[in-house]
Amino acid sequence: MKKIGIAGYGSTKFSKNEIPIEELLVESTKQIFQTTPNLSQNLIDGVIISTNDNSKYLGAIISERTGIRPKISHTIEHLCSSGTNAIISAFSYIAAGLADVILVSGGDVIGNPGQVLEWDQSRGDLNHPIYWGSMFTKAHKRKFNTTEEELAIVSAKNHKQAMDNPNSYSHEPYTISQIMNSKIITDDLRILDCSYPCSGSASVLLASEDMIKKFTDTPIWISGIGQKTTSASFTKNDLTNLSSTISASKDAYAMSNTSSAEIDVAEVHDAFSVCELMAVTDLGLTEESSSTEFIRNLFNTGDRKINPRGGLIGSGHPLGATGISQIIEITQQLQNNAERRQIPNVKKGLVHNMSAAATSSTVLILES
Amino acid sequence: MNKFESELKNGNFVVSECITCKQIVWPTSDFCNTCYNTTKWRNANNIGRIIEFSKKNNSFFGLIEVEQNLRVMGKISTDKIPEINQKVKLKECSFNKTPKFIFEVIPN
Repeated sequence: MKKIGIAGYGSTKFSKNEIPIEELLVESTKQIFQTTPNLSQNLIDGVIISTNDNSKYLGAIISERTGIRPKISHTIEHLCSSGTNAIISAFSYIAAGLADVILVSGGDVIGNPGQVLEWDQSRGDLNHPIYWGSMFTKAHKRKFNTTEEELAIVSAKNHKQAMDNPNSYSHEPYTISQIMNSKIITDDLRILDCSYPCSGSASVLLASEDMIKKFTDTPIWISGIGQKTTSASFTKNDLTNLSSTISASKDAYAMSNTSSAEIDVAEVHDAFSVCELMAVTDLGLTEESSSTEFIRNLFNTGDRKINPRGGLIGSGHPLGATGISQIIEITQQLQNNAERRQIPNVKKGLVHNMSAAATSSTVLILES
Repeated sequence: MNKFESELKNGNFVVSECITCKQIVWPTSDFCNTCYNTTKWRNANNIGRIIEFSKKNNSFFGLIEVEQNLRVMGKISTDKIPEINQKVKLKECSFNKTPKFIFEVIPN
């Protein structure tokens, strides 16, 4: 298979502002044109949009707004993991030889309809994500004796790391105590254990090995891809693990010929604090019984290995942009270009993006 | 509105069961997603067990296993803190844009 990599990227700041989806997508796309050498519109074969917004025909609209006349243009929607799904679609077009260069632009506007999956009748009238977040959290507490403090450490770490991310939604350095005393949502969730929907956009330029040298001297290759959808209904989940993540990561590691021990940095889908604890285990980044100690140690030592940009909890969660923003962070880390967030000697990175209460997961392995 | 929703609106919790392989198809469907044969409608068990629970605004809620392959989220009516695997009885169900399930704990 041809090597396919990331040739450029752009991102808006994530915010509470109600900005039209078209403006958000154009803004992050413009940054790619402004920062990628030798890029012109006629070199782009495809424009793929990642969003949960109800606006129609965005692939063509963003193409027209940015002066691109692509062969391929359409929208990908897959709730919270729309971004990585769009990247994999672009990857597949290039791998199949149907395109050499594809722009993937993702975004959502605060208040977008993707927060709630109306179809899932098994959730009854408890269809807001806080209910499944509470179920996972309570089950984790029950199985591992996880404490409120251990959950709060996830949020404290990610808010702290988000302070060095100029595009993050939050720049508040919440203490563990502040998080533990933040507004009660349920018996098992505080408001600061939750990621926030917000407005934002992130875009990347994917290119084939033949074309990528034209745009960058430091391409970042997508070497592993794994995806798994176990259901759409939350109630079919085992509450003690992210089974779609386990399956997706197995395939991604195999495709990349990489072991979990080789991962230097990971962006994981911390929709709620407990999700990060579950993800680091199910991705094989630590032992099942030690996820809380693993995260506590990162927090205490200032090690940014997990969610260096602040995760969803610190950065915000504009659904269609999230997976792409995660990919940009790992790209910057691998390019040694992550400024104050930089982790030393990064060779391989991982992106973990989930949808709808972990019923679907995508895992990507990136390397320089 | 499909049969599941209209029955729920009348306070009846019905499920679809494959006439061939006898599996419950959930969410409800007029065909089996295992063998693709026709399903029939029948009343769901009105006794279930608590898989997990939490509390919001002094009301308990949780994941309830009603039958094998059939779990729903619903409110749990009880004066005491529920227990895992505790039996519950369907107290009320309805439909208004979404299903709504309220279970009550059966005392041990």
